[in-house]
Amino acid sequence: MLAQNKTTPFLLGYRLYVIAFFIFLAAPLISAGAFAFNDSLFPALPWQGFTLDWFFGDTEPKLGMFHDRRLLQGLYYSFVIANFVAALSVFVGTTNAFLFVRGEFPGKNFFYILMVVPLVIPGVILGISILVLASDTANYVENRYDLELEFLRPGLLLVVLGQFSFIATITSLVITARLKKFDDTMEEAAFNLGASRARVLRTITLPFLRPAMIAAGSVAFLVAFEYFITTLFLVGSLAPLTISMYDRMAKVGSSPVLNAVSFFLMVGSGLLALLSIVVQRD
Amino acid sequence: MTDQSPYDLEALGVSKNFGSFSAVKEVSFDIPSGSFFSILGPSGCGKTTLMRMIAGFEEPSGGDIRIKGKSVLGTPPNRRNVKMVFQHLALFPMMNVYENIAYGLRCNGASSAEIKRKVHDVLERIALPDVAEREIHQLSGGQKQRIAIARCMVLDPDVLLLDEPLGALDLKLREAMKIELKLLQHQFNTTFVYITHDQSEALVMSDNVAIMNQGEFEQIGTPQELYHHPKTAFVAGFVGDSNRWSGVVKASDSTGGRVETEQGLPMSFSSAGEAAIQEGSKVNIFVRPEFIKTVRANDAGQQADIGDNRRDGSVDSLLFNGANSRILVRTGSGELVEADVTLTGDNDLKPGEDVHLVWSAKQAMCFAEQGNA
Amino acid sequence: MQNKDIKRLSLILLFAPFALWIILLIMLPHIGMVILSLKEKVAPRVYQYSFANYLEFINEPIYWNTLLRTGSMSLLVTALALLIGFPIAYYIAKIAGPRSRGGLFLLCLIPLWVSDLIRAFGWILLLRETGVISNFLLWTGLVGAPVEFLYNDVAVIIGLTYTVILFMIVPLVSTLDGMDNSMIEAGYNLGGNGFTVLRRIIVPYAMPGIVAGCIVTFMLTAGSYLTPILLGGKNSSWFTEQIYNQFITRFNWEGGAAFGMLLLLFTSLVIWLGLKLSGQTLANTEAKS
Repeated sequence: MLAQNKTTPFLLGYRLYVIAFFIFLAAPLISAGAFAFNDSLFPALPWQGFTLDWFFGDTEPKLGMFHDRRLLQGLYYSFVIANFVAALSVFVGTTNAFLFVRGEFPGKNFFYILMVVPLVIPGVILGISILVLASDTANYVENRYDLELEFLRPGLLLVVLGQFSFIATITSLVITARLKKFDDTMEEAAFNLGASRARVLRTITLPFLRPAMIAAGSVAFLVAFEYFITTLFLVGSLAPLTISMYDRMAKVGSSPVLNAVSFFLMVGSGLLALLSIVVQRD
Repeated sequence: MTDQSPYDLEALGVSKNFGSFSAVKEVSFDIPSGSFFSILGPSGCGKTTLMRMIAGFEEPSGGDIRIKGKSVLGTPPNRRNVKMVFQHLALFPMMNVYENIAYGLRCNGASSAEIKRKVHDVLERIALPDVAEREIHQLSGGQKQRIAIARCMVLDPDVLLLDEPLGALDLKLREAMKIELKLLQHQFNTTFVYITHDQSEALVMSDNVAIMNQGEFEQIGTPQELYHHPKTAFVAGFVGDSNRWSGVVKASDSTGGRVETEQGLPMSFSSAGEAAIQEGSKVNIFVRPEFIKTVRANDAGQQADIGDNRRDGSVDSLLFNGANSRILVRTGSGELVEADVTLTGDNDLKPGEDVHLVWSAKQAMCFAEQGNA
Repeated sequence: MQNKDIKRLSLILLFAPFALWIILLIMLPHIGMVILSLKEKVAPRVYQYSFANYLEFINEPIYWNTLLRTGSMSLLVTALALLIGFPIAYYIAKIAGPRSRGGLFLLCLIPLWVSDLIRAFGWILLLRETGVISNFLLWTGLVGAPVEFLYNDVAVIIGLTYTVILFMIVPLVSTLDGMDNSMIEAGYNLGGNGFTVLRRIIVPYAMPGIVAGCIVTFMLTAGSYLTPILLGGKNSSWFTEQIYNQFITRFNWEGGAAFGMLLLLFTSLVIWLGLKLSGQTLANTEAKS
């Protein structure tokens, strides 16, 4: 192993560095989560005892997360948005994978780069550009045809589209990587045994892609659930969770209920990530 | 009245061009029902392309392919009754053995009861009755081979194509599988079409072999015919081992003739029954190592007149390979000749000894030199 | 023939979602933004095309100062992320045993699963005057009064580096993973020491991964919103904040669009320069799966 070429004190120092790095990674998350259990009105030291009130408490001033209407609504909307984004992104990700792995057409390299570009565009730009286009279209239609297209105004649909615009790239990359590893002779064997094209797709190709589709879907769900910046420009009156939290922080200041939400989200994300890995093991 | 063709598979002038490159050039053959037919040739000779055309994955640029008398040119690959065992088997990893074998039956719409019966039936025939529930990755190499074949045979195909299926197996397993495949073919009595670059596979298993080179069939015949009576220099050089000389014909008639080799030495040959080769033309002569007898220079005199051809030289090295041992002899004119010997361990020839090599004119096969032989 | 028609039809069907997505959500919006940035409000509801918005940017020092500050700090964060992250990536790809490797990589990804907001929130709780670190220092007696670590550049840099370092580590691990160990061993075998092997073998090999990581981290950092604002407070002056102000606070969409274009142009320019200097292309860094 390579380590044998380095002296032991160096390796020890290296290991310490790695450990320090992971402590660095964990520190803010632990602090965000831990204060959810502090029996105090502020997410700060000193520690005043363990409590679950910030989750389940139902009286002011300690209104727990699960009784806070605003936050629960945010949770609900985030969930809805994430579902739509994940579904759309996995669908387009799959079609893109087939397009680039199997298709032959001029300019393929150019279009592939185009597919990756949304990932490099700052979220701010994605947000404002979609906002501008949607509003311009809505205004035009309103002025010309006197038709009010509600869905083009800032709201849930725009948020979904805004997230989708770059998450589709992520899912495309994940699913494309998996499709590239597919052994084409399996499809030929299935044809040879009498299967129709649709059947081959359904019984051979898509089952092979399933782990990647699930992984891509989980990533899409998680990112869409919590992503902030693009949503900030596209949000209407129905606010997803992170927007509600931000509002709360700005207006009321930090309260441990936000820590409770953070803890809940961290655990939820962790479980979802674990689930997607377990499914991929098959 | 239906025309029951005695041939399961016929090709008539099949050709395939990729742009200006001709992968297959006007290939014709017919394969009688229930026989084991091999297509043998080096990499790139076009055999895979030919097989893919039979299976329907490529369309011929010209010619016709007939299965049991009916042309299949318009039929898509999933409707032809020609099933194929792929080089890397292409077993479906997301299904177990039962589902793999049942796949084709399901595509045909067979009932569950019928599927169950047929799958277990074919598993019995390949002598693996208990593996139905196993996953593919739990099988050994030899078992996977048999499952791949069973997956095709359960559909009762007219022809079974096998694309170099033994390549991934190690030597001992390969030898065992050759015998198994031959037995399976007899068992199912289906026409097997086997393509390979390994001549021992083709010769051991087949009723007939076609030697393919650069898109054309050089010769079709039984293994013995190809080995003892090759019709072209390529076949002589490709099938089995042989020593090779080039030279110019000095005298020739219908029974044979004499050649002066490049090294200026004479050699007699027997004609292969073709028209006599013209005097003065350039030729290649092939002699198989098993027909060259090695005699110690000291022992000569007793057997000196056994052969029409003779070379003197000294032993360069011994290649011990059990029953297939050889010696390399450096002749006086500098050639290196291989001859088969039996090394008993007792009074064997040693490097440096002087020897005579003798062989008969009947075993010297002579072919006119092609432009690119 | 039937086969060819089916192929063409399926190609068109596969291309349609891709085309709809890119055209409707990427190309048209950006074109719209360019057009909008060139509009100037001359009178209520009367617009004409001009470069007024861009001129305003150039004339107000605060705007281009902010942009330059954003750019330079982003470069700093990118460099930091590379320096801190490369040893970690190398450890994961080369030194960790096969069992711990997967686990470590996963641990690295955990902060990614958590929102930007929560991460910034966590840092606030650590760094602020009443936060964990300040309290810790008080407790150990190293300081006499609570210390405010927030609301300055260092806090912003720490927060940003934290957020983007994972985007540097992931492509690095992926590239280093594909590196044959025997190359490194050959380097030692031929007489190199750790430093030369690093400089002449490992880094050049990992260059595409390094450049890919740098591109992503730079763009993410420059485009960040929450972290600079929450951790930097009033003094943050990050360019995305300017864009937000123009759009939402001032409702000056034309100006906001112009600023957006400028941010895009600026970051693209930096990336183009970086690619040129390191001799890579976009195709062989980003578009590699």
